[in-house]
Amino acid sequence: MATPNTPLWEVFIRSRNGLAHKHVGSLHASDATMALQAARDIYTRRGEGLSIWVVPSSAITASDPAEKGMMFEPAESKIYRHPTFYEVPEEVGHM
Amino acid sequence: MYTQALNTAETEDRGLEDAAKAAQFQARIDAEERIEPNDWMPAAYRKTLTRQISQHAHSEIVGMLPEGNWITRAPTLRRKAALLAKVQDECGHGLYLYAAAETLGTSREELVDAMLAGKAKYSSIFNYPTLTWADIGTIGWLVDGAAIMNQIPLCRCSYGPYARAMIRVCKEESFHQRQGYEIMVTLCRGSDEQKAMAQDALNRWWWPVLMMFGPPDATSQHSDTSTKWKIKRFSNDELRQKFVDATVPQAQYLGLTIPDPGMTQDADGHWRYSEIDWTEFKQVLAGNGPCNRDRMAARRKAHEEGAWVREAAAAYAAKRARRQTAQAAE
Repeated sequence: MATPNTPLWEVFIRSRNGLAHKHVGSLHASDATMALQAARDIYTRRGEGLSIWVVPSSAITASDPAEKGMMFEPAESKIYRHPTFYEVPEEVGHM
Repeated sequence: MYTQALNTAETEDRGLEDAAKAAQFQARIDAEERIEPNDWMPAAYRKTLTRQISQHAHSEIVGMLPEGNWITRAPTLRRKAALLAKVQDECGHGLYLYAAAETLGTSREELVDAMLAGKAKYSSIFNYPTLTWADIGTIGWLVDGAAIMNQIPLCRCSYGPYARAMIRVCKEESFHQRQGYEIMVTLCRGSDEQKAMAQDALNRWWWPVLMMFGPPDATSQHSDTSTKWKIKRFSNDELRQKFVDATVPQAQYLGLTIPDPGMTQDADGHWRYSEIDWTEFKQVLAGNGPCNRDRMAARRKAHEEGAWVREAAAAYAAKRARRQTAQAAE
């Protein structure tokens, strides 16, 4: 019997205390334990991280880049969500 | 995102690619936008990148062999630890690159199988033997030096996952070159025999290293479209010249002689090298270099001998998954 292809995992690393985990790349591993160990060996050989998340790639749902116009349109048209939309008299100073 | 469209058959039909999409794609490239895995791209762009990135990955993996040869024979514990770390880095580079190549839709298993079957190439330089310890110094200094010249422009390559992988690789590569040069400095400050060993290694590696940049611009078959797509930012000859200009002063510092009696420095300060023997390059690419058969045999043996590990890991994961399903059903 042919060995099935080894599953793909996405790797996220918290590089410093106080920062969010950030996507750094992907790797193949047969289970979560091996994925964590492989992530340590592949992505943190020089102290790049304090914490690692591994997520099965198949668990990620991504937006379609071809639809990005429609997807993000609601934000495009709402300029009143930005502070610069509002006029504050100069005498009031920085706000 | 690295994962979508993996292990799927290529569905793009070149005949159906509409001109509007192709023009839009080129406009994005011209505007220095990065192309991401889920974006539309011409089938030829996908094919070119899959070939280039996977060859690059194979080169990193095969590149572990000439140096791995010296790990057990490194002259000191310091050198041994450094070489071990370097070879481990090459493995990591191979893995980053396979992951980047996979985003284009071909699985790592297929890419590796193509290499083991002799259908995919790797860098010609790894088909030369490492005869003495000085070869390890020379590889770090020259082979990694040439690789850095090649790879720095790739950090701005139009394909996002490749560019990001190259940024990681370049950060790590600098250690490789410096440790190589340090070995050379030590040998050149040592006994006459040590210095002779360093010169001998330079004599053997110099021309093969110049060939690493690929065929001269006039004959390179992939350059035009790769340049248009901003996969390639500099021509083979431009990078080769840059490398030679950077390397000659380093050789002078070591007191070593570049094995090119015809080399001259022109008025602009560029070092002009003699004609390269491209028949040797073609022979090595065709599989007739000094170590081609050894390298392929070593890769195949490692792959076959690792099969039980892959099978055991898959069986264990399957058993754990079954147990979880059973427990959930209780």
